[in-house]
Amino acid sequence: MITVKNISKSFNGTQVLKDISFGFEKGKTNLIIGKSGSGKSVLTKCIVGLFEPDEGEIFYDNRDFLALKSKEKKDLRKEMGMLFQGSALFDSQSVEENVAFPLRMFTNMLEDEILERVNFCLNRVNILNKNNLYPSELSGGMQKRVAIARAISLQPKYLFCDEPNSGLDPVTAIVIDELIKEITDEYKMTTIVITHDMNSVLEIGDNILFIDNGIKKWEGSKNEILNVKVKELHDFVYVSKFLQNIKPK
Amino acid sequence: MIKNFGKYILMLYYIFHKPEKFGVYFKRLSHEVIELGVKSLFIVSIMSAFMGAVLVIQTATAIESAWIPDYTVGFTVKQSMLLEFCPTIISLILAGKVGSSIASELGSMKVTEQIDALEVMGVNSIGYLIGPKILGSLFIFPIVITYSMFFGFMGGGLVCYFTEIIPVNQYILGIRSFSEDNFTFIRYALTKTVVFAFLITSISSYFGYYLKGGSLAVGKASTNAVVYSSIFILFANYILTQLMLI
Repeated sequence: MITVKNISKSFNGTQVLKDISFGFEKGKTNLIIGKSGSGKSVLTKCIVGLFEPDEGEIFYDNRDFLALKSKEKKDLRKEMGMLFQGSALFDSQSVEENVAFPLRMFTNMLEDEILERVNFCLNRVNILNKNNLYPSELSGGMQKRVAIARAISLQPKYLFCDEPNSGLDPVTAIVIDELIKEITDEYKMTTIVITHDMNSVLEIGDNILFIDNGIKKWEGSKNEILNVKVKELHDFVYVSKFLQNIKPK
Repeated sequence: MIKNFGKYILMLYYIFHKPEKFGVYFKRLSHEVIELGVKSLFIVSIMSAFMGAVLVIQTATAIESAWIPDYTVGFTVKQSMLLEFCPTIISLILAGKVGSSIASELGSMKVTEQIDALEVMGVNSIGYLIGPKILGSLFIFPIVITYSMFFGFMGGGLVCYFTEIIPVNQYILGIRSFSEDNFTFIRYALTKTVVFAFLITSISSYFGYYLKGGSLAVGKASTNAVVYSSIFILFANYILTQLMLI
């Protein structure tokens, strides 16, 4: 479980996050939703340590992340996997080398064992016989799946996904969402997904945090989101005509 | 200015943190030696050979006098190539080729969040990405410059052979004459090269790693890397010459 308490963050005098507190539960897909520029990515980057919050606390299963020493933070990071918006695969490395990278860097596994693990992870995300291709030779959806394979190669406890289905067609987007959900259930991970895609929200949103202009406006689950009374969230959810038509009376 | 210098010093500090795994870093180092050094050999050999050739023609033309022996041309070429042309001019060329490549590589990695991916994994991204580049260049650039000296002399020799501007044996005699100072000159040239290698890779890495913005900023970082590396090479060249030759 990841708990954030009273997180605030400003850039050059502009406050991006204001006093956000939330609990991201273990074994569930926790979603951070909101409009573009609402502070979702900044919150996630604060949680993984890419930004340091101005105020607040972050706990990874009761470990105070911000109070950890550099070495302890590094050790904790080995328990994290992250899927970036643009996949962030290493251009100069093949699919196999990308997935093997964390294993080669942080474990003492033999080369055969590494290859076995790499193939297992790639099979898990349905990437078959693509080991020697480079990221530029893969489609967007495949790149995302390879990035998931790399993120899970060290069997992380915490998985972060920054807009995992942005730029993908609806079918591939749902495949990626389902994959994240399956992996979360399978490994009992604490998964945090940033999204503004309502399909994802309704598909995998076990525990949802809605942010608007850096302020937490609502929390709940996919079962409750269609009945909300919070204006900002209501406007966000029912922006599409399709959802307006199925809106509960 | 002071803020940038501070960031540059901090970057150098992170390079010398203990690697997560020596084997992975060593593999990266080998890769950088090939990328920065071996892949520059072609352009270096062409540039050096032509510099040597032109230098022979210019020197021979300038000192056409019965009172000055022909081997003076060879000696002048040797001095010019050893002291200035190979270490400084070739380093400036490498600042263009290698510097822009480093800045754009790291800049692209920054824009596409590959550096963030390394950080989230718990990898010291500066140590992993920049450390091997600096170490690799400190190792391979002196070899490249030695190779350049050889090609420079060869270029001059070929001009003598084909144009008979001076006899080849006189050119070789010039190259071999007054050899008691050769060690000092080569030491001076290679010391300069090591300093230039450090400046090129560290300054270019700085501009790439700390890039802010999108793909347009990558081009700007690349240009800044070449401009600042060149300026600092010229500045260091003056300081080192003052310190080592006077």
